[in-house]
Amino acid sequence: MSTQIDSLLEQEYALGFETDIQNDQAPLGLNEDIIHFISKKKEEPEWMLQWRLKAFRKWEKMDEPQWSSLHYPRINYQAISYYSAPKQKINSLDEVDPQILKTYEKLGIPLEEQKLLAGVAVDAVFDSVSVKTTFSEQLEALGIIFCSISEAIKNHAELVQKYLASVVPIGDNYFACLNAAVFTDGTFAYIPPNVKCPMELSTYFRINALNSGQFERTLIISDEGSYVSYNEGCSAPMRDENQLHAAVVELVALKDAEIKYSTIQNWYPGDKEGKGGIYNFVTKRGKCLGDNSKISWTQVETGSAITWKYPSCILLGDNSRGEFYSVAITSLAQQADTGSKMIHLGKNTSSTIISKGISAMKGTNAYRGLIKIRPQAHKARNFTQCDSLLIGSECAAHTYPYLDIKNPSAQVEHEATTSKISDEQLFYAQSRGLSEEQAVSLIVNGFCKEVLNQLPMEFAVEAKALLSISLEGSVG
Amino acid sequence: MLSIQNLDVSIAGKEVLKGLDLELKAGEVHIIMGLNGTGKSTLLKAIAGSYETSAQGEINFNDENIIELTADQRASRGIFMSFQNPIEIPGVNTIYFLKTAINEQRKARGEEEVASPLFMKTLKEKMEFLQMDKSILQRSVNVGFSGGEKKKSEILQMMMLSPKLILLDEIDSGLDIDALKSVAKGINALVSKDTSILIVTHYNRLLEYVKADRVHILHEGKIVKSADASLAMELEQKGYEDVLASS
Repeated sequence: MSTQIDSLLEQEYALGFETDIQNDQAPLGLNEDIIHFISKKKEEPEWMLQWRLKAFRKWEKMDEPQWSSLHYPRINYQAISYYSAPKQKINSLDEVDPQILKTYEKLGIPLEEQKLLAGVAVDAVFDSVSVKTTFSEQLEALGIIFCSISEAIKNHAELVQKYLASVVPIGDNYFACLNAAVFTDGTFAYIPPNVKCPMELSTYFRINALNSGQFERTLIISDEGSYVSYNEGCSAPMRDENQLHAAVVELVALKDAEIKYSTIQNWYPGDKEGKGGIYNFVTKRGKCLGDNSKISWTQVETGSAITWKYPSCILLGDNSRGEFYSVAITSLAQQADTGSKMIHLGKNTSSTIISKGISAMKGTNAYRGLIKIRPQAHKARNFTQCDSLLIGSECAAHTYPYLDIKNPSAQVEHEATTSKISDEQLFYAQSRGLSEEQAVSLIVNGFCKEVLNQLPMEFAVEAKALLSISLEGSVG
Repeated sequence: MLSIQNLDVSIAGKEVLKGLDLELKAGEVHIIMGLNGTGKSTLLKAIAGSYETSAQGEINFNDENIIELTADQRASRGIFMSFQNPIEIPGVNTIYFLKTAINEQRKARGEEEVASPLFMKTLKEKMEFLQMDKSILQRSVNVGFSGGEKKKSEILQMMMLSPKLILLDEIDSGLDIDALKSVAKGINALVSKDTSILIVTHYNRLLEYVKADRVHILHEGKIVKSADASLAMELEQKGYEDVLASS
């Protein structure tokens, strides 16, 4: 049995990334040699290398944006290794930080999956390999392409070349440009016309993402009349030793297509004093290219020391629709500057933004949103609701809504509230028998209800558990 | 059931109750009356274990001094307090809240969770008894409730939780006569030899429907006068000043 597993594991890695450990770490810093190194490591075609170099040359001329409300020491981009070997393999759960295991337990993650998440290389992998294969066959039969972006670059170059950077241009912003130059892996999905993807594309990704680096690149294309629901991330804290995390996600929805993209982000948040933790600078954007298309972002953000993220929709097709549902928790010393952009270009386009920010301990949360209605976007509609919940007296919440309306037929609504979990609310729930922590979690879940309702069932359960874990010890 | 000795309570550094004593036997219904700001609500909050109050002395409930226990620990031992102004919890269904509360109390006592069919059946019976509309169950806890709905919802929670010691803070304020009757009906349904009830009120009205064993006057942080139900009548006729002067 074990030899069978061993050989399966070897096969798996032979297909993937890990080849020669000793040579897999790029020297610190970023220059054209490093770009060549990455592209070569990934055995990429020439066009991809040229694309990366173009991005790098642009990036060199750009400046890091300073407009957010985030405070962090300047990042030294020459002190980072842009290509590192997969994380060290761990042989058993005994070697994993007990704190992480405690969290897994609370989230109710099965033991085998715990091992996977923690990166333990044991028979759990065997199980998932078989699961993965079953899924792949089912998807393949429908013509759905679902693979790593590296594989897509090799095997589906035409699609990649057509759509890569078609939503987030290479030089869109500093972090997206950096990503274009150095991205190491990510996900690619293509749903052919009139196909409804029969499953949530999630489990696969979890496994796939296990060793993905700090610069992920995701591209999802939903062809005419198709539908896909994609779940990104995992609800357990993947501690990442890397400081900077700059991902790019591009979604393209053609005529009558719909993409639902859900994220649970729970990277390491750093400690109470703000030491350590991930700097999460992510560009996520979807383009409703065809008429009657729809893109919906749902996110639950509980991790990272710094979050800089504005999932957006470009509503190009007539009657297209963009949605953004977000819960962002900042506790400890976390900072989040997050929100959404809705760019209305087509006629009768509509968008909805529901943002729930929760700040506890020394956390600060800023909502930053842009509603842009161009002159040709007749009868565009937007509704924005932006609520903040404060726990304790050292935290903060800010709201920065920007409206740019160029068509008089537009209908734009913005609602914002700020509330506080009061001692009275806690006492009320406790006087009925709920513990303090349960009371906080109940109140917070109530506050986030509209967003949590948008998540796929399994994800919502994990998100709820995660919310209470993130806020543990934040009262009293 | 409840024996309070030498209780000092302060709120935000201000001394409100000073050396208060109170005895409440199983099966008894007591009324606390007094002028505004004399500490009636503070007394109930201190017994229920509010954050606001910092208490010293002894609050013995079934021979256990509960003064160091948290509010939820007290709740699972059988203490229930209905609020003068029930608190809103947006986004949380009343039915979910109620079921969570029951199960958390049961868990704390080492009991099994309540079976859903039994829970639903009991809930339906109690709501019919209180003449409540069941739409309230799907609405967020106390959000957008009328004054009457809030008070009835408190009584419903009380009945579902089957407490041993019931603390009612102005349960009769802001109610029309029909709602008052429903509320009184709920209280009377719980009167038994194993249950004790402590009611804070300003009015005699409730006593027309609920039979009280003792009436206490709370004044300047202490119980200054205790007597049978006739004291409430006397207060209504003469006012506090005269009654206190004559004692």
